[in-house]
Amino acid sequence: MGCPLGVPKYPAGPVIHFELSQALGKVSDVPDPDALIRASGLTKRFGQFTAVDGIDFELRRGEAFGFLGPNGAGKSSTMRMIGCVSPPTGGELTILGLNPVTQGAAIRARLGVVPQEDTLDVELTVRENLLVYGRYFGLSRQVIAERTARLLEFVQLSERANDHVEPLSGGMKRRLTIARSLINEPEILILDEPTTGLDPQARHVVWDRLFRLKQQGVTLILTTHYMDEAEQLCDRLVVMDGGKIAAEGSPRELIDTYSSREVLELRFSTFEHDQAAEKLTAVPADRIEVLADRVLLYVDDGDAAMAGVRGLALEPLTSLVRRSTLEDVFLRLTGRRLEDG
Amino acid sequence: MSEQPISRQTLPEQTLPARAMSGRALRQLPLRILPAPLLLARRGSLGGRGSAHLIERHARAYRHTWLVLASGFVEPLFYLLSIGVGLGELVGRVKFGGQPVGFTSFVAPALLATSAMNGAIFDSTFNIFFRLKYAKLYDAVLATPMKAGDVALGEISWALIRGGLYACAFMVVMLAMGLVHSAWAVLAIPVALLIGFAFAGAGMAATTFIRSWQDFEYVTLTTLPMFLFSTTFYPLSVYPRPIQLVVDCTPLYQGIALLRGLSLGVVGPGLLWHVLYLAVMGTAGLAVASRRIRKLLLR
Ligand SMILES: Nc1ncnc2c1ncn2[C@@H]1O[C@H](COP(=O)(O)OP(=O)(O)OP(=O)(O)O)[C@@H](O)[C@H]1O
Ligand SMILES: [Mg+2]
Repeated sequence: MGCPLGVPKYPAGPVIHFELSQALGKVSDVPDPDALIRASGLTKRFGQFTAVDGIDFELRRGEAFGFLGPNGAGKSSTMRMIGCVSPPTGGELTILGLNPVTQGAAIRARLGVVPQEDTLDVELTVRENLLVYGRYFGLSRQVIAERTARLLEFVQLSERANDHVEPLSGGMKRRLTIARSLINEPEILILDEPTTGLDPQARHVVWDRLFRLKQQGVTLILTTHYMDEAEQLCDRLVVMDGGKIAAEGSPRELIDTYSSREVLELRFSTFEHDQAAEKLTAVPADRIEVLADRVLLYVDDGDAAMAGVRGLALEPLTSLVRRSTLEDVFLRLTGRRLEDG
Repeated sequence: MSEQPISRQTLPEQTLPARAMSGRALRQLPLRILPAPLLLARRGSLGGRGSAHLIERHARAYRHTWLVLASGFVEPLFYLLSIGVGLGELVGRVKFGGQPVGFTSFVAPALLATSAMNGAIFDSTFNIFFRLKYAKLYDAVLATPMKAGDVALGEISWALIRGGLYACAFMVVMLAMGLVHSAWAVLAIPVALLIGFAFAGAGMAATTFIRSWQDFEYVTLTTLPMFLFSTTFYPLSVYPRPIQLVVDCTPLYQGIALLRGLSLGVVGPGLLWHVLYLAVMGTAGLAVASRRIRKLLLR
């Protein structure tokens, strides 16, 4: 069969592998029963290019787990492997206790997927999109009709039920895609950049719906390159860059571990910028980050640091004291900003 | 990506006691001795039940654009009226199977075969290319429990359903115009479906290799000469021997020969060759298409 994952340790369902592990006396290898997804050394190559480079993670039931990373980090490649539409090139991946290479259809039946680019059926109406998609899962028309009413209500599209998809706004299409992904009442909902390209208001509507899903106990796995989205939605996340996982933890843990309490952001006129940056090394700070247009001082007390800056007779054009964010964590870990890609 | 639910039994059984080898496990034993690729081939790689859901989807989509459906019926009818009836006045009779037959009766089954080809080709090239590259339909479908084989089989089945409807309508017209001369013609509908199957399979397989709309010129370059030269309007005997051999090998000729034989009552075991040709062509196309869809979309 040429399983690219190597020989999976437990390709069987839970009952069989339990018996097997006892027979082999390998009880310690019995996986964490709460882990819905387990990946170790997971790798995806396209020809010579390695898009996902040996990542490890576990997804626990009921949590919202995020992949934060810039363009090309390998987020979508990872989501596609989890969605069983892209066979891994190496490592191990277990989803709901099953092997995605040999049991893809059985896994997909229990997943909801919101792909990075909408794949709504533009030849059908809003309601028909849910109906047809539900039929792909083999659901009866009656079950789908019941769920459709509820789901359209949930994503605030009831009034548009009989409209075609094409004229819907970007935010509406995204919400419809989310409704569609829920038609099979999935155990895991995979969202690849759920709000990219939406205006701020539309993003907040989507966040609100995802937050409600989370409260209803749906397990979410999502990717984003917005740090605010990650902070808002994720209980736990990994920072991904260049196909690798750079750090893992809750947003709070990551900020505490990789950044200071506060950040002092200074902006100088262009010709003063480099000179000022040089002088600022005299101010006591955990770290100084010199960006093209700003200087960031990572400190415990931003106001005290600002006093120190004034003491050096430096006059920034603007100054701002703020709390550390995941953006700072990312900068620290990769030396680049998220938007830089 | 290939689905192989059986594989879950392969590992544990070697270590479990013999009593576990009873019942279901034992019945699956012969399967396990087969090499894995054979198993994969057995296991729905040519598509299964899921294909019905894709057919249902198309039926819904076409409710919104029923005019497109209607045009597929009108086109061969126009050909029949202009070439068959109009030109038939001038031509008179043609010799077929040793007997003279009216030109319209001679041309009508060929037009049925051609429309079966054109319908299948249109569905399996333009439409599938659009769904594959632009509508991202199959990306959505394959995120569900549906498989690449279901997509291929569903698409071909849909092309056949559509083609079957056209064939029925065309046969009704032929009957009404008195162009059917044999009871064998009841087989014309299944044969039209077979022609559709062959071309839909081949067309779909070809489509998975198409990169841009320009490449569709090749499709036209293949089907149009076939339509014009595969004995649609005159018997094979008008050609010199070498060209006869070439025409003899084209897929449309198989279809025309079959339908003409049935419709005019010139039937012999030789027709079975044509059936075999078309069946192999369709099956091979289906197999290639599902492999290619898997390769293109499940990267
Ligand atoms: N099918 C493919 N063939 C070749 N290379 C690919 C393919 N898919 C992705 N890649 C490459 O793999 C890398 C990771 O891509 P991926 O789409 O996973 O990134 P991403 O984190 O989702 O980025 P984005 O934020 O832009 O969506 C990119 O460099 C991309 O060009
Ligand atoms: Mg992506």
